[in-house]
Amino acid sequence: MAQAAIELIGINKSFGAVRANRDINLEIARGTIHGIVGENGAGKSTLMSILYGFYQADSGEIRVGGQPASIKTPNDAIALGIGMVHQHFMLVDNFSVLENIILGAESDALLKRSIAKARSELDRLEREYGLEVDPDAIIEELPVGLQQRVEILKALYRGAEILILDEPTGVLTPAEADHLFRILGQLKEQGKTVVLITHKLREIMAITDTVSVMRQGTMVATRETKKTTVEELAELMVGRRVLLRVEKGEADAGAVKLAVKNLTVKDTRGVTMVDDISFDIRAGEIVGIAGVAGNGQSELLEAISGIRHAVSGSVMLDGKPIDLTGAADPGELRDRGLAHVPEDRHHVGLVLAFEENENSILGYHDDPRYLKGPFLNIDAIRNDAKDKIAKYDIRPADCRLKTANFSGGNQQKIVLAREMEQDPGVLIVGQPTRGVDVGAIEFIHKRLIAMRDQGKAVLVVSVELDEIRSLSDRILVMFAGRIVGERGPEATEGELGLLMAGVEHQEAAQ
Amino acid sequence: MDVFNAIVQTLDSTIRLSVPLLLACLAGLYSERAGIFDIGLEGKMLVGAFAGAAAASVFHSAFLGLGMAILISVAFAMVHGFASITHRGNQIVSGVAINFIAAGSTIILGQAWFQQGGRTPALQPGERFEAITWPGADAIHDVPIIGPIYAELLSGHSILVYLAFLMVPFTWWVLFRTRFGLRLRAVGENPAAVDTAGISVAWLRYRALICTGVLTGIAGAYLSMVQNGGFVKDMTAGKGYIALAALIFAKWKPVNAMFACLLFGFLDAAAIRLQGSPLPIIGKVPVQFMQALPYILTVILLAGFIGKAIPPRAGGVPYVKER
Amino acid sequence: MSTPYAKLPAWADYGLIPLINLFVAFVVAGFVVLLVGENPLRAAVILVEGAFGKGTGIAFTLFYATTFIFTGLSVAVAAHCGLFNIGTEGQAYIAGLGIAVVCLSFDSVLPWWLTFPLAIVASSVVGALWALIPAYLQAKRGSHIVITTIMFNFIAASIMVYLLVGPLKPAGSQAPQTRNFLAGAELPKLNWIIELFGAKIRSAPLNVCFLLALVMAFLVWLLIWRTKLGYEMRTYGHSPKAARYAGISETRIIITAMMISGALAGMMALNPVMGDQHNVAIDFVSGAGFVGIAVALMGRLHPVGIVLAAILFGMLYQGGAELAFEMPAISRDMIVIIQGLVILFAGALEHMFRPYIQALFASFSPRSVGMEAVKGKGA
Repeated sequence: MAQAAIELIGINKSFGAVRANRDINLEIARGTIHGIVGENGAGKSTLMSILYGFYQADSGEIRVGGQPASIKTPNDAIALGIGMVHQHFMLVDNFSVLENIILGAESDALLKRSIAKARSELDRLEREYGLEVDPDAIIEELPVGLQQRVEILKALYRGAEILILDEPTGVLTPAEADHLFRILGQLKEQGKTVVLITHKLREIMAITDTVSVMRQGTMVATRETKKTTVEELAELMVGRRVLLRVEKGEADAGAVKLAVKNLTVKDTRGVTMVDDISFDIRAGEIVGIAGVAGNGQSELLEAISGIRHAVSGSVMLDGKPIDLTGAADPGELRDRGLAHVPEDRHHVGLVLAFEENENSILGYHDDPRYLKGPFLNIDAIRNDAKDKIAKYDIRPADCRLKTANFSGGNQQKIVLAREMEQDPGVLIVGQPTRGVDVGAIEFIHKRLIAMRDQGKAVLVVSVELDEIRSLSDRILVMFAGRIVGERGPEATEGELGLLMAGVEHQEAAQ
Repeated sequence: MDVFNAIVQTLDSTIRLSVPLLLACLAGLYSERAGIFDIGLEGKMLVGAFAGAAAASVFHSAFLGLGMAILISVAFAMVHGFASITHRGNQIVSGVAINFIAAGSTIILGQAWFQQGGRTPALQPGERFEAITWPGADAIHDVPIIGPIYAELLSGHSILVYLAFLMVPFTWWVLFRTRFGLRLRAVGENPAAVDTAGISVAWLRYRALICTGVLTGIAGAYLSMVQNGGFVKDMTAGKGYIALAALIFAKWKPVNAMFACLLFGFLDAAAIRLQGSPLPIIGKVPVQFMQALPYILTVILLAGFIGKAIPPRAGGVPYVKER
Repeated sequence: MSTPYAKLPAWADYGLIPLINLFVAFVVAGFVVLLVGENPLRAAVILVEGAFGKGTGIAFTLFYATTFIFTGLSVAVAAHCGLFNIGTEGQAYIAGLGIAVVCLSFDSVLPWWLTFPLAIVASSVVGALWALIPAYLQAKRGSHIVITTIMFNFIAASIMVYLLVGPLKPAGSQAPQTRNFLAGAELPKLNWIIELFGAKIRSAPLNVCFLLALVMAFLVWLLIWRTKLGYEMRTYGHSPKAARYAGISETRIIITAMMISGALAGMMALNPVMGDQHNVAIDFVSGAGFVGIAVALMGRLHPVGIVLAAILFGMLYQGGAELAFEMPAISRDMIVIIQGLVILFAGALEHMFRPYIQALFASFSPRSVGMEAVKGKGA
């Protein structure tokens, strides 16, 4: 093995009562691509933020190139040759590429000279690593893939020898991700060390040399990628044999509940995110939408639930048309029996500052059951909340507690209880188990299947392919705003992965 | 010729009236471009005016007065920084607080120290900034057209007036041509980008607020040591808010700021000059309407009827590291 | 994350922390008193005695408090909907116009108990309408409500000055104000209530508006925590996205909340105009709208807290007047400083002492600080 580029010894970090990193030991060899995998919240990003000086470890030692290093600010990290590409890009949107690259690394108090120097340096970097980008382009006018390239150039411009990438493919199209991996390969050839943080095992298997697994703030294992398997890594990540297959019988699909035809949705920038999509959901089936995040799933959910106006398209709910292009609001859809568990429960599905019982009526607050004239019927609301707490085993069982004080899994149960107990005809669910502990995942999955068995039409959108495969009776794959394929539950991961990567789509287009 | 003279005189008072607006507006530009809303411009100007006149009168030096105006105004800016940067408090609330503390303390201290009903003693020659006469101004004063323009419009202002207008290209140069300016604009748009680039967000924002304090200090000194021969209570009379309006009107750009302040200064000058005398075509315009016009124009601008004013993106939001 | 600080027991959160913030504001104000060469402790004694020592003092304290209850409630209602209504001052000022129209028209024909309801309606409608434009611009055009309401304060002032030196001024008068109202627009005093307790009152302007203010405080509590509308306002105030999800119309809720806020601000004008001066004069609001910001922050946006904070500020205003009499070096402007300091410490710096208090509580008993509850939030 080559010499270690980075050694982390006994790193601990707590945020209040939350122990994000516990006694972490890690060695990363120079000139390799080292993957760090783990579920959301396992502590990967915290660990790398410590390495980059964004946070201070409570205890432990960092060695860079064999020397003990004190990294108190990102400046220290940069001086030690560590660069980081954050999950959310750290770019100033209305600055040019050059301005972003020199920010904080200006060679001179006057911009003119700094920019001139950066321009020639950038030229060299572009040639060396094949990282072409127009230096005078304004960031917000660049596609996401190029913005990420600017982030990489920023790190290289600062002389990074060690490059940390935090979930770099989350926002990329498969083609962009492939390009990124090629760039990373090139960086490795040039002798740079790359640390890749991800929760996607496929990426780990594809490009890393070594992989470390984190779980609940601890480092559970490090493996040579060649000598491990996806199954082993998955088990290490979750901590017990994953039984993602939920017990369920055959679907008994009935009449069409929701028929979507030629739906097109644009985002706030005017970019088409959902492009002429059509599909049906029948009573008594779960339809899953698979896809890499950012391929239009969020916008599709928002449009169907009335939060975001669609540009065009016709939608039938229970055989009657519903105008999603501006006329229908979420309240009307709810009245017509469409319930929605949104992807972002912290800002959309819940008001964290509210008491639990107040959240258990959100969206149904004009239901006469909860009202006495213009007044809230407090007793009815609280009793109703208590019933749901009991039925969905929400803990702690206190309907007066502030919602922010519930765990992620219990918060999700609050939302699910609210939406399911309204007895809707159609239930649409975004990321049903994101940031939810393993115990609650099983509970949520069972509930969703129970809904199906009661004859409801259920639409599930998730970026977790395993979840889609285990829940769905039919799987639709979204890519670049379109549905590029439909498969049954028996479809293999590889088959779906190809669809998600847009491979068939591109072939068909040719 | 009468009309011409009237125009020159109105423009001359436009310049005089727009100077405090311009200084305060540029002051606000530094802080808002760095992502700190500042509705405390009014209060900082007021303490600057008081400290300047008080120190000038006690130490018999205009420049010591100016220095003290800047010092105290910067100190108030630092309170704003302490609340809104260090403690991530609500920037608007903090600004409101500063305006009150300034309004109350200038009167209380002024009365306690000088016993003239909240005024400072009238400034003597040497304690205030005198007008500077440009070479040859007297000689060509009687030359038609050029004479009055040179002698009255350009010449004959105090050094602070010229300083205020020089601050416009200087501020532009600082913001768009220096490292400090690049970082300052960046922190107002995306502080996380600045933080991860290894620059201290807090220190950068504090420095921006120091610039704000310096400029509001000069603005205050202008009010009490140039425009007026001493401090009078509440002498800012809403100029800090007009400057804020001008800043929005200028879409946070230095050169635009100058034109916005000149426009608002002109409205003020015209209101004083007309004093109810009728205008051709329009007829009689109430003084109050002219005084309200800057605010009305700003509301119309904010409503998006004359272009869109897009503030710095991180404005008003305290920076908290994500985790 | 959403809440940067762990949970404290409610009594510490709503009682202890505001008191500490208030205490610090007064300590700093004490330094200003020292700076002008007076004894801050003696000043405090004079202030409290002036406010509560005699019946007249109490009546004046409650008279000022009445004004601040209205403006505090006005700021609080908007704040619950996530809106910073800094325009309470202008809304109250322009509402004086509505009162003037009602009083000047009916004071010779109607008794006070008929003029009063009409004036309540007129003041609240005018106040609400003055808040409507900034609200509409915020909801529909995205203009920042803080800036537009500041601008509207100045515009209101210009309009009022124009009217009071012109059309509304009686012919031959020099003072910029309306003619004095007749008995039909004079509100009855409430001083007899205080006299019931044996105190003697010479003359004080405490009037029925105080009762109206208390009723409004109760109605605001009912609105915010017990009605569907209040629920919708709080939802929008905490999370506009959640409100959209819940089918709450952004335009409707912003405009409704601001109009209620403006109406409460408008009612403030009744107290000085009909209860005390019996005319509409230039600058009769004299900063009460801004005091409302301090009162709302101090009272933590809760009507009970607002009433208490308003009484505190009433005490400062009344006691401050006595103080100016006893200590010539200290004018009533001292209150403006205290007001600013309260806004600074109870508002902008409200979290300054929280970490220390939390650490203190945690050292006694970790469970009381909600450490358990925070655990799940790391994900």
